[in-house]
Amino acid sequence: MKLIPPALAILAIVSASAAAFATDDRGRSPGQVLSDNNCTWCHGPSLQGYTTAPRLAGQRAEYVVNQILNFKAHSRDNPLSKQVMWGAANTVTPEAAHEISDYFSGLHAEPANDGNRSTVETGAALYREGSAGSNIPSCAICHGPDGQGVGAIPRLGGLSYRYLKRKLEQWNEGYHAAALAPMPAVSSSLSATEIDAISSYLSFVH
Amino acid sequence: MKPVRMQLAASALVFAMAFPALGRAGDLDSPSTGRGALNAKVEYCTYCHGPSGRGYRGFYTMPRLAGQTPEYLENQLRAFAELRRDRSIPVRMSRVHALKPSMRAALAAHFNGLNPPVVGRGSSEHAGTGRKIYEEGVPETNVPACVACHGPTGMGAGPSPRLAGQLSAYTQKQLLGWSRDRGQDPATVDSSAVMKSIAGSMSKTQVQAVSAYLNSLK
Repeated sequence: MKLIPPALAILAIVSASAAAFATDDRGRSPGQVLSDNNCTWCHGPSLQGYTTAPRLAGQRAEYVVNQILNFKAHSRDNPLSKQVMWGAANTVTPEAAHEISDYFSGLHAEPANDGNRSTVETGAALYREGSAGSNIPSCAICHGPDGQGVGAIPRLGGLSYRYLKRKLEQWNEGYHAAALAPMPAVSSSLSATEIDAISSYLSFVH
Repeated sequence: MKPVRMQLAASALVFAMAFPALGRAGDLDSPSTGRGALNAKVEYCTYCHGPSGRGYRGFYTMPRLAGQTPEYLENQLRAFAELRRDRSIPVRMSRVHALKPSMRAALAAHFNGLNPPVVGRGSSEHAGTGRKIYEEGVPETNVPACVACHGPTGMGAGPSPRLAGQLSAYTQKQLLGWSRDRGQDPATVDSSAVMKSIAGSMSKTQVQAVSAYLNSLK
């Protein structure tokens, strides 16, 4: 289990003290308190993700808010969402969702590096330029050249291979059909090999 | 052509039922420019350019295609293919727009015929100034009236594109960086050359005002 690097701890203290909200006696923002008490159990102490729970550190705030609302509305409906996140998000108010998301988005994100290195080159090419002949669009156009995301469009760079692969597969199995367009449809243009390659590549991006 | 695996076939079937207009390109039994191939390619375009080609703000801002003049659309598809408009972002435009030439006219006609709602906030505080620049130009800095080529309501004509309803962020990026995107092959001068000095003569404030005004036009 990773320790929080000192620079990150300082950053957290600085950003917490700069927040408009009152901090607790340990200098933690309301978002961090909520996260420490609820999210870190599965997503890891520094929110870098753990096994099937995705990394939240560095994720786009608007995207995280939308996902919390999706869990609450039960539109994000894959088995683990149902089992874990529906309950976890059930009592989260919109204000708390924003506080948590702002806290996540300010944290440094580390790449999971858990993909298959042999498919990285194929994955990088697909991510960057898609494959016009097979009507696979460029991921980079919306998610950014380094998978950094923007606004409601999530950061993908460095998310775990395991998480990305399952997400793309589950869309093709019919889960979370109401995700922000165009995504569920785009995943249907990808073969199993292509999903594997793109997920591998992204897991190494930082 | 990739072999279609059982699992993929099953998921394709599910999606085919959910989205009848969708189809995977390269269907074994459809000709390369048949209706199935065109529908699949239209779907591919809208992944980035938004539903009905209304434009979309991703990491990069994708322009509105809906209602655009067919001649302009075909010219741009050729410009991408001929590397005249290829490298302004780290995604090669020639590759993501790779098309059979016969597909260009069909796509241009398709998007010309669409009229979805405009993406953006429409009119803003700058739109009044923008309208004046659009209709009268800026004589003191040699900016001609846009209306002369793009028409009184910004609908464009032939090679002069429709600007009405274009995403403001896109119009701004084009006008502020014309030569970074357009005319990348010095040996082949194309119609984009007309705008080069005009765009260069406009200040950032003028560009913002005109872009806001154009976004407000339907």
